[in-house]
Amino acid sequence: MRRRRLSTVLRTAAAVLLTMLFLFPIYWLFMISFKTAEEIFAFPPKWWPSRIGLGSYAVLFKDGDATTVANSLVIAGASTLIAMFLGTLAAYSLARWRTGGEHLANWIISQRMVPPIAVVFPIFLLYVFLGWVDTRVGLILLYTAFNLPYVIWMMRGYILDIPRALEEAALVDGLTPWQVLWQVVLPMSRAGLFATAIFTFVFAWNEFIFALVLTRTEVTTYTVQVTHYFGGQSNFWAKISAMSVLGTLPIFIVVGFLQKYLVRGISMGAVKG
Amino acid sequence: MTPVPVPRQGRRHRDRVFRLALVAPSIVVLLLVGVFPLVYLIVVSFQNLTMSDTDTSFQGLLNYRLVLTDARLWQSLLHTLIFIAVALPTELVLGLAMAQLFIERIPGRAVFIALLVLPVLVSPIVAGATWALMFDNRFGPINQILGWFAGEPVSLLWTIKPSLVYAAILIAEVWQWTPFMFLLLLAALSAVDKSQLEAAAIDGASWWRTFRQIVLPAIWPVMAVAILIRALDLFRLFDIVWALTKGGPGTMTETISMFTYVKGFQQFETSYVAAVSLLIIVLLSTVVLWTLKRVELSR
Repeated sequence: MRRRRLSTVLRTAAAVLLTMLFLFPIYWLFMISFKTAEEIFAFPPKWWPSRIGLGSYAVLFKDGDATTVANSLVIAGASTLIAMFLGTLAAYSLARWRTGGEHLANWIISQRMVPPIAVVFPIFLLYVFLGWVDTRVGLILLYTAFNLPYVIWMMRGYILDIPRALEEAALVDGLTPWQVLWQVVLPMSRAGLFATAIFTFVFAWNEFIFALVLTRTEVTTYTVQVTHYFGGQSNFWAKISAMSVLGTLPIFIVVGFLQKYLVRGISMGAVKG
Repeated sequence: MTPVPVPRQGRRHRDRVFRLALVAPSIVVLLLVGVFPLVYLIVVSFQNLTMSDTDTSFQGLLNYRLVLTDARLWQSLLHTLIFIAVALPTELVLGLAMAQLFIERIPGRAVFIALLVLPVLVSPIVAGATWALMFDNRFGPINQILGWFAGEPVSLLWTIKPSLVYAAILIAEVWQWTPFMFLLLLAALSAVDKSQLEAAAIDGASWWRTFRQIVLPAIWPVMAVAILIRALDLFRLFDIVWALTKGGPGTMTETISMFTYVKGFQQFETSYVAAVSLLIIVLLSTVVLWTLKRVELSR
């Protein structure tokens, strides 16, 4: 009994230490965004600001840089909605009737494994041709396409978990397959829809390479905006940190409420939650 | 609402159309971004397009011969493989050790886990920027802490000095993705049959033997998926390196993704980039197919 208690104490101590270690960089990022310029460039570095200053944020809002977060929101939001809609329909068909067999399912998931850099160049040229560079439509469509395999894969898993008998009963009652999908299947996979949508949104929100290549000035997302402040010897640290926090905080808050979906979401369904 | 009786034959046909109609829009979108680039890459890789040269005549295997002799390309591939070879096992072992730590009840367990997962949610480019702040030679906390131990001010150039850049990138990478491994392995460990573990303990089996013969087989399916996801992500490593070193000093930390980006969007060697992109796709598909044949993925 004594030994057991000692072990718990040691474990807890290790857990505290580990958590501090992993959170320290995030703390540092947030903390710098609240410092004044003099404090950022104080030597030796100070570990906390003298007071919570919002000056760095004020600059971002005044210069209009903060609107890049709105761009991220519109692009990630719209592409998530479209990908969820199209992907869930396809997932239902794949799950219930094995449409296209194993080959189609495997082809779809293999689309997710293609590295973006290998296809971004032809897509860039196509977009130049279509006049879609630096437009919302362009990025929304691209993120939709890149998230579709994930949505189909995840939703297929969730729908396979729903007992089939319910749908068959509804069909016997005279509902059309379309009505069954909307009135029986979707309400029952609400948790799955929710979880999948969150992760689709996070992928699009945090994406960098496509946004770097396909935006210029009009629809720059926050990830690209952060890199605009990198420069030679004198990085604009106040702006880098404040912009990063503006982009990171919403994700922390949203996923904070959705802890229980996290594991299944990021393991692409390998772990059932 | 009375259901209209539908003749059996007609109904079966209607269901078939319905099934295909559900899949069709997704397939069209995937073909658009999956197949168009592929066809384009194949055609253009046999031409000799650059930013200034718009001659579309076919040049045979010119670009593929260039690929074979381009030292910078193969070095960037080697750098990528080094990152995978070091980061992946490190994340796996650390993640597993952390999962072992958290598998038993400790006070505030759920809170610890929720906090530990935060690095995964940070955008990789922001993670890179964060570590650039951490590693700054004068105003970053890393050198400051090292200075406490050294007893004198330390000003290591983490993102510039050739002997340190790999360490800097790997630390940032391992920091961001070890929690990913941890979370998945923790879920897998929680699902291991407790009665088997107790039986092994009663038999006096060593920790290592229990792990090899009971735990590892049980968590392997999840572990395999985790390794595959991370390996594919590491192969496309770009953001963290971009934020920390931009591939430097020189091209010392340039990954295959960065090489392709520089050739395509800074030097505009259109046809050459097409050949490189195809090489990447073929290489990756081969490795993934080979792996999938050996590892039965979920379901």
